[in-house]
Amino acid sequence: MPSRAADHPDGPRPTPAPDDTQPATDDRARAAQGASLSTVASMRRLVPYIRPVLPRILAGVLCALGASLAALAVPRVLQWLVNGPLTTGLATHDESGLWWGVGLVLLLGVAEAGLIAARRALILIPGTNIEARLRTELFTHLQDLPVSFHDRWPGGQLLSRSMSDLGLLRRWIAFGMLTLVVSSVTIVVGIGILVATGGVLGLIYLAGAIPMTVMAFTFSRRFRAVSRKSQDQAGDLATAVEESVHGIRVLKAFGRGRDALQSFGRQADELRGTELDKAKIMSGLQAWLTAIPELTLGVSLVVGVWMVSEGRITVGALVAFFATAAVVNSPVIDLGMVLSMTLNARTAVDRYFDVMTTPNTLPDPAAPAEVTDPHGELAFTGVHFRYGDAPTEGPGSADVLDGVDLVLPPGKTVALVGLTGSGKSTLAMLVPRLYEVTGGSVTVDGVDVRDMTREHLRSLVGVAFEDATLFSASVRDNVLLGAPDDARTDADLERALDVAQAGFAHELPEGVETTIGEEGMSLSGGQRQRIALARAIAARPRVLVLDDPLSALDVDTEAAIQARLATELEEITTLIVAHRPSTVALADLVAVLQDGRITAVGPHSELLATNEHYRYVISSLEGEFTPPPPDDVEVARQVARGEARAVVDEALDSGDATPAGRNGATAIGAWQASEGSER
Amino acid sequence: MSATTAGPAGTTGTEGEDETRLSRAQSKTVRQRSLRLLGDLMSPHRKGLWVAGILVVVSTIAQVAGPALIATAIDTTLARLRDHDDWAPLLMVGGLYVVAAAVAGLSIAGYVRTSARVSQGILLDLRQRVFRQTQRLSLEFHESYTSGRIISRQTSDLESLRDLLDSGLTSIVSGVLMMLFTGASLFLIDWRTGLVLAASLIPAIALTRWFQTRSQVYYRESRTASARVIVNFVETMTGIRAVQAFRRERANDVTYGGFAEEYRAANARAMGLNGIYSPGLVLIGNITVAVALLVGGLRVFHGDLDVGVLVAVLLYVKRFFGPIQEIGMFYNSFQSASAALEKISGLLVEEPTVVEPARPVPLEHARGHVQLRGVEFAYVQGRPVLPRTDLDVPAGQTVALVGATGAGKSTLAKLLSRFYDVTAGSLELDGVDVRDLSGKDLRRAVVMVTQEAYLFSGSVRDNIAMGKPGASLEEVQAAARAVGAHDFIEQLPLGYDTDVNKRGGRVSAGQRQLLSFARAFLADPAVLILDEATSSLDIPGERLVQRGLQTLLADRTALIIAHRLSTVAIADRVLVMEHGVVVEDGTPAELIGGEGRFAALHAAWRDSLV
Repeated sequence: MPSRAADHPDGPRPTPAPDDTQPATDDRARAAQGASLSTVASMRRLVPYIRPVLPRILAGVLCALGASLAALAVPRVLQWLVNGPLTTGLATHDESGLWWGVGLVLLLGVAEAGLIAARRALILIPGTNIEARLRTELFTHLQDLPVSFHDRWPGGQLLSRSMSDLGLLRRWIAFGMLTLVVSSVTIVVGIGILVATGGVLGLIYLAGAIPMTVMAFTFSRRFRAVSRKSQDQAGDLATAVEESVHGIRVLKAFGRGRDALQSFGRQADELRGTELDKAKIMSGLQAWLTAIPELTLGVSLVVGVWMVSEGRITVGALVAFFATAAVVNSPVIDLGMVLSMTLNARTAVDRYFDVMTTPNTLPDPAAPAEVTDPHGELAFTGVHFRYGDAPTEGPGSADVLDGVDLVLPPGKTVALVGLTGSGKSTLAMLVPRLYEVTGGSVTVDGVDVRDMTREHLRSLVGVAFEDATLFSASVRDNVLLGAPDDARTDADLERALDVAQAGFAHELPEGVETTIGEEGMSLSGGQRQRIALARAIAARPRVLVLDDPLSALDVDTEAAIQARLATELEEITTLIVAHRPSTVALADLVAVLQDGRITAVGPHSELLATNEHYRYVISSLEGEFTPPPPDDVEVARQVARGEARAVVDEALDSGDATPAGRNGATAIGAWQASEGSER
Repeated sequence: MSATTAGPAGTTGTEGEDETRLSRAQSKTVRQRSLRLLGDLMSPHRKGLWVAGILVVVSTIAQVAGPALIATAIDTTLARLRDHDDWAPLLMVGGLYVVAAAVAGLSIAGYVRTSARVSQGILLDLRQRVFRQTQRLSLEFHESYTSGRIISRQTSDLESLRDLLDSGLTSIVSGVLMMLFTGASLFLIDWRTGLVLAASLIPAIALTRWFQTRSQVYYRESRTASARVIVNFVETMTGIRAVQAFRRERANDVTYGGFAEEYRAANARAMGLNGIYSPGLVLIGNITVAVALLVGGLRVFHGDLDVGVLVAVLLYVKRFFGPIQEIGMFYNSFQSASAALEKISGLLVEEPTVVEPARPVPLEHARGHVQLRGVEFAYVQGRPVLPRTDLDVPAGQTVALVGATGAGKSTLAKLLSRFYDVTAGSLELDGVDVRDLSGKDLRRAVVMVTQEAYLFSGSVRDNIAMGKPGASLEEVQAAARAVGAHDFIEQLPLGYDTDVNKRGGRVSAGQRQLLSFARAFLADPAVLILDEATSSLDIPGERLVQRGLQTLLADRTALIIAHRLSTVAIADRVLVMEHGVVVEDGTPAELIGGEGRFAALHAAWRDSLV
């Protein structure tokens, strides 16, 4: 399997260009733009999502702080007990102080647990809500973005943003964010207490904070870069998985499963390498975060004991110092984890907003026009089109469509004919505005498609693509996918199925209620095309765009569909991309697309007689291969072995010379004649 | 679908994987399968796990040393310093403290690295296992198990395991050890408080049991819901053109929003459960501290306990419960990962319906003689698509299969390329049953090109070279020339190095088919199957391909399925199929000359030409 990763040994390939009009090289710039924000600035973009639940989160933070304070208070109570009631009580045999102390410890303990429970309850729901909202908004935005965006962004990158990145974010909101706040506050308050009550000992502890802060900053910078790399690689890996499943038939047919596995393994190993780099950076920080506080405690111990011996502080104070330090120590050690979690979440936010801030290059107009009484006139005027990432010079730099002028009168069917790759499908997709013209205009009843809302435009225009995408839903739902509200009856369904010769749907296990698509029954290519055609018809459009919709059908079925379509299309303006003469037969007019322009328009027979390019494209009688007669097997064998290339070329040449413009009735005779001429 | 593990109904392989409320027996079966997989994944990393475990123990000891050193310092060195002005014991204790700190830091660093190596190793292994398995499974499986599901196994489910591994498979060791050390130290210092501690374990275990049963269900729900979200997401993004063309955005928002909400609710339930479990453990710990204080305090009053010892004892009790929250969190991740591994292990135990032979018959150079002996085939039992069929295709013959949609042509092709196995009878290549051929030999001998010409992201060259890995640029170009694709490739921005983009977006349907033709050309098989492989080509393109086919098919067996009879023209032999039965068999000329089905089809087709 071809691997992108293998092409970019230096690291992950750049994230795809988020903007349609800009070349792919701008991507790094945009990624860098997200990355150049400070972590706080980057996270601030979450504020609109967090704001509605802010009170709960603040209450949660308070609970968390309360829980920490309760935990911090316990050593104080113990100190008071040891120094006070316990020592004095020992002399006076007064146990009441102890009972008070136990009661207080118990109270604080229950309070801590209760506050932790409250914190979870408070933060939990908002955390999942924010995640769900971000997820559905991403989905909505992705559905809104033009097809060209999806051409460029691999599926795995989008999916990994939607699932793993937002999952990371949810966990950060639920645990990381709070822990960050609580840990910081605990550390600050703890150190405050230590400095206030421990004097010199507290200052020693504080001294340890300086190298740790410096280290945390260095760490953040390095960790962030690796974190981004790792999450990008995870997205690429998801893409590789997606492709390996979607292309499973090809991989199986060629027995390339092993190669695909190797390529995937390499990619997965790269991700592993990045994760190990991350661990390496992490381990350094973790080592210092563990060692430095313990070191300062070691120094404090020596100094503390000396101070006690000098009588400067009491034993109780020393004990309290260490008890408090123990409370401060654990958030310091956790800080490493919290910091990495925060940085991962920040990367997730960056990656999320990379997509969310990608502007839609095909927006609805501010003041949309509407075709109120559609007749269905479709016109292309000086239409130019080039793909956003096409090179500016060299091969492939010419506009795919280079000034197309074509008018389809209302109710007429026009076949679009041209060589493979001439831009027929591209032109077809400009009509429902799946792509946008780069020059000129496409109008429906005189209204530019860019002046309508996409919703309105697409309610006027129906399409059937050659590769028929069906969704996991019943046959009924698939066919009525785009049908207007007043045309969703059983009769409408039947009519559409009937026209598209898709009566086989009734033979399915549950008839038209059978689930098809990925999650349901698998249909053959021809069956899928017919359902897709029925879908386009059921949408009752004014303008119908059919992109070679019958390519997978056998001759009989095709003929039957055409007979029905001919009457069905009477009212509907139809642009039909055709490869075969049989499809062209449906059309009132034929338009020839050549070198990005319409070079001829006319009735089929006229073009056949006058237009050489048209003849070349559409006529199979020009130099076709005919079955070799039984007695001429040897020549055929020669041809087959390629030994007699000259024979073939000769046959082709003589074919070209045969007169064009035969109609069906005389076809067989002509064919026999041409067969004769070939020999 | 079949699976090797026999278990209660609804637990074999991926069957019933969306069920969340399983019976006790079912639950046990899938959970065991999941744990077996975890054990299996961990076993090659035994050494790493040991090293990580030891490092954790070392750092635990270094950290536990802290309170002990403080107690020693207060109890003994303080007196030495105060009474004898003897600094040595204190400095020694202080020095030990510093050493302990350094050891703790270094061992933690080592631990982080080692455990990352282990967990990343496990993830890499599992990723590859799942990938290999999906490639190994038959098409029959893939037709019902959607790509979205496989993607969710490979991403979201794998991340659950990752969370578990990140939460520290060995840090649990540190936690447990910390508790054991602390508990043991406590027993040494004061066994009575030790008993108090031991008693506290009873409610802790009860709480854990409660959490275990409940969370199992919730995490299963979460996994199932996550898969649904992914399946829906992938399907929508893959079909974005149709979504937009038919204005499904809003309806999709509703559907997807529903799935996302289900996923959210499932997560919220699981987290809510943990929201009781985790503070529950804290509460048990805190109550134990209070009880220990009470018991200890009373004993101080009775003179059974020194105050210094009481302080140490209380510190130990607090330390004992320090890791309990962490262990609770770990257990939570473990439950989540187990639910995910239930799904992954279900996928992994699926057996392909088309199996590699145990002892394959070697077939180094196939000639391409295809024979069907009494072949029958049915997708669904009792509904045969191909009733008993006998057929002999001599090596080198080009056979065209003709017939209406659903006549069984593609089925025949899929049997020959062994996408499916025959239900009865045998299909032989050069006298060897295809079921006895190794996948490698079979794929070298038989290649099928289908209508759906899938292109992988990568360059044009990479895509053609799939036919023959390691092919030189010259070979790739020769193949492209042979099928008439060279010219348009040269016109692409970067020629053969042009990226075909996502799903071949920039290459037209016809050009995609040409590329996949070139791929087959390069593969150079003895038997070539073309299933509607020219449907999107225009007529000049088809002419070029046919010219190429003349060369390509000269010395090999070919099975051509095409609706366009122009392709049929180059065949040596035509088989007309109807409802799975071959109704006509002869050379094209013979059949055209006759009055059968093919003659009629041919006439109709001729009429359509101009």
